[in-house]
Formats: sequence, C-alpha cells, structure tokens
Amino acid sequence: MKKFVNNIDNILTESLSGFGKAHTDIIKINHAPDFIARANKSSKPKVSLISGGGSGHEPLHGGFVGYGMLDAACPGQVFSAPTPDQMEAAANEVHNEKGILFIVKNYSGDIMNFEMGADMIEHDHATIIVNDDVAVEDSTFTTGRRGVAGTMIVEKTVGSLAETGANLEECKNFGDHVNKMTGSMGVAFTSCTVPAAGKPTFDIAPNEMEFGVGIHGEPGRRREKIKSANELSKEIIETILDDIKPNKGEKVLMHVNGFGGTPLMELYLLFECGQKLLNEKNINVSRSIVGNYTTSLDMAGGSFTITKLDENIVEHWDSAVYTAALRWKM
Amino acid sequence: MMKGKNIFDSIEKIQNNIIDNKEEIERLDQQIGDGDHIFNILRGLEEISKLRESLIGEPIDKVFKQLGMKIMTTVGGSSGALFATLLIGMAKNYNSQSTDQENIAKMFYEGVEAMKKRGKSGSGEKTMLDVLIPVSEILCECKNEKNSKIVADKVKKVAEKSMLSTKDMLATKGRASFLGERSKGHIDPGARSSQLAIDAVCNQFIN
Repeated sequence: MKKFVNNIDNILTESLSGFGKAHTDIIKINHAPDFIARANKSSKPKVSLISGGGSGHEPLHGGFVGYGMLDAACPGQVFSAPTPDQMEAAANEVHNEKGILFIVKNYSGDIMNFEMGADMIEHDHATIIVNDDVAVEDSTFTTGRRGVAGTMIVEKTVGSLAETGANLEECKNFGDHVNKMTGSMGVAFTSCTVPAAGKPTFDIAPNEMEFGVGIHGEPGRRREKIKSANELSKEIIETILDDIKPNKGEKVLMHVNGFGGTPLMELYLLFECGQKLLNEKNINVSRSIVGNYTTSLDMAGGSFTITKLDENIVEHWDSAVYTAALRWKM
Repeated sequence: MMKGKNIFDSIEKIQNNIIDNKEEIERLDQQIGDGDHIFNILRGLEEISKLRESLIGEPIDKVFKQLGMKIMTTVGGSSGALFATLLIGMAKNYNSQSTDQENIAKMFYEGVEAMKKRGKSGSGEKTMLDVLIPVSEILCECKNEKNSKIVADKVKKVAEKSMLSTKDMLATKGRASFLGERSKGHIDPGARSSQLAIDAVCNQFIN
C-alpha cells in the first residue's frame, strides 16, 4: 500500500483538520465528536440539513456543507457509520428554529446510528433515506437498495429548498421525491484499499470488472470480462431507465461519478457514451455534472446517475450553491 | 456475586480471542462485507478496556451502561450501534435481588431483544443475531442450573453450532445482503466475532 500517511490511527483527524484549514471561509471543524459545520450559521431561521456516513467517499458529505446544501456533516471511520453522539452534537450546533433534517444513505449501520442520534435530540426532526442504487433489488424483506452517487443530487436540491425557508415536512417530502426520481449504477475495474487494512478489499483480475459495484468496494451484481465503454454504458443506462421509466422527450439530469481512481478524461468519455444513448432514446439530457463526487477511496471505475427533472427539481438544482466541492452562481 | 472485576477479566479474554483470530474475521468480512468489522471491534475493545480502573468497583448495571455508552461513541458502523444497544439493554435489566444466573439470563435476553428491535432483524438473516439469539435461549433454559461449568459448556456449543450455520444462509440484512446469492458459502463475520467473544467468556468457567 502506498498512501500519504503519518500514523495510520490519525489519518482521519489529520485529513479533517486539513480540510477545515483549506476552506476556512466555508466550514469549521469540530473534533471529538467529529463534525463539519458551516463557518457561519444562516441569519434566517431554516431547516438544518445534516448528513454523514463513513469516510472514504470524499467530497461526500463534508464537501457539500455550505450555503445551498448541508448545514453539517458527520464523518465516521473509513466506511463505518458515524456514532450517535456526532449527530447529537452537530444537531445542537446547527439547529436554527425550523428543525433538523437528516439525510442518510441506506446502509444498516448509518440508519441505526442516525436513529440513535435522533433519539438523543430535542429538536423536531425527520430523515430522508437515499436508496438510488438500482443494481440491488429493492425488497421490504431485506436491507434494500444502497444509497450511492444520487445522494449528492438529493443534498443539493433539498439544500436549496431549505434556504427558501420551507418547513421540515416540505423539505422531507421533496427529498423523498428527488430520491424516487433518481437511479444510479456503477462498475469497478479495481478494488479499493482501506488504509487500516493495507491491502485491497477484493481481488479482481486485470481483464475483469465488477458490475453493479457499491461504494465500499463491496461486490456488485456480478463479475465479468471488461467490455467497451459503449457496451457497459448501454447496460447500465438501460437498467437505470427500466427503474425510473422516463417518458419520451422527458428532461433528465445525468451525473457521471468517478470512484476516485479513474481520470476525468475517461469520465467525460463515459458521459459521451451516456449522452448518445439517451439521445437515441429521445430522452433530453438537460442538466449534467461529471466528476469525482461520491468516491470509494482509490477504486477505479465510475457510475451513472439519472434524475428525472420537473420544474421544482430544475429550479433547486440550478440555484446558487457555495460549498468546498460544489459552487456556482455565487 | 458478579462484580466489575469479573466483567473486565472477561473483556480481556474476549480481546485476546479476537486478536488471535483477527485475520480470519478480516478475511470473512472482505468476502461478504467491506473489511471494517475487525477494526471496529478491536477499537471498541481497546476503548472499553481503558475503563477498567474507573469502573472496577462500580455496580454491575453501571458498568454495563458505561461500556455501552463507550462503544456507542467510539465504534460506529452497525456493530457499534448493535453492541451498544446490547450492553445498555443489559444494564437496564439488572436486579440486585436475583442470583447471577437469573441476572445473566434476563439481562442477556433483554439486551438481545433490544438489538433485534434496533436492527429490525431476527434469526436466519446471516448476522450476529444468529449466534446471540440461540445463546440467549440456552441461557434462559439454564437459569436455574447452579453448576456454571455445565452452563458454560452448553452455551459454548450452541454458539459454535449457530456460528457455523450462518455459512449456508442467504444474507438479507446488512451490507452482505447486497450480494444476494453470492453471500452463501461464507460464515458471517459478525456471527464469528460474537461467537469468539462468547467462547472466551465460557472458557473462563470451563477451565
């Protein structure tokens, strides 16, 4: 393993400190319990959005704290859910008269720890569970689908709505709606290396890919031989479309997300493949975003996320945002 | 009567048993999870061991509660939430009038019930509960058995058998559930670490 490390036990603390110092105009860091909060609280009362999850997915979620998105983020250990005291402390720091909205990716550990955190606070609260990964079959008898790269889109749009002074219920319902309009699926060429483990999570041959991979290097739908970008894009996009079922001519947002180990050049190539496919199917890619937003440490690979757009979603996607990882119109 | 010292002695044995089998747990988790389980467990055990000096003279329920709080705030992940829930659930059900056997059976039963609720899970889902539920049941059956060696022997065997039974199960909860059919053929890492912990405690009575 070759990584930038001083002491393996301190990597998160050092990384968080650096993150805070690099963005003093946007965020501040609280240590023990760890959370990232906006440098300046909004002067107007608003619903406070708090997300979080295991580390290793940066810039998700800390990179999305700031005007127009989150009020705070709680980072856990690498790939491990944060602890309830982090959510409690973050909520007490950022609450601003209109309640707390937790945005949680659908993983058992995250759900349980956020529930325990929510039990510890006195403010009104609600939770949006993001489960956009169409690679996993949805079922009420299982943990169900994972929350992956679509989480950023939920955080951006609900964050924008919260800035308008909307109440807790409106924000929660809008988040559930955006989640429902969104589907994602990815493919990995390599595993990732959890720093404390020091070796890759799974073995994969040079000519193989993991199809439908998650964002923790956990295996996906199946292992197969590498295909051309056009072929694998087709398979991914058709699976997503089967799930979210857009109408002919419908406007969508297409997000190509890198997992951390794939150059932007390839991600844009993937966007080209996806754009062509949707065009052929008469689906209108009216908004787009390409980059490493929901990563899996150093895993090579990427995912497509497609969100069906209505006027509300477009308005809250386009609105001003000022965070470490996403900034426009400000 | 059970004392704080007994609990911390058990923790030391659990820690040793987990460390001795560290590679196996890590490998199982890499096969069907994401490889974080062993690090979370070891961090939790290290953190609660540090409480020995401050809690060794305290009443049992206070010890369990403080252990639960420590795990809740330092471990994270599913295992942190679940083990914290187990210990805090145990703490709430201690009765100073009961015998040790009665207390252990009752506390463990209620702790496991709290875990089931927290994890929205039960038997047969390829999780640590597949070990903890049968152990809770055998402890309840044995609550009037005075010979702790006999009880420990039964519990040890049940835990081992239950742990092995997770191998052929289909995971429907937790991260292994994303694998579907591919989760079969591997022992659940949480079931293995739970069994190793129970085994370490039982061995104190057997040897």
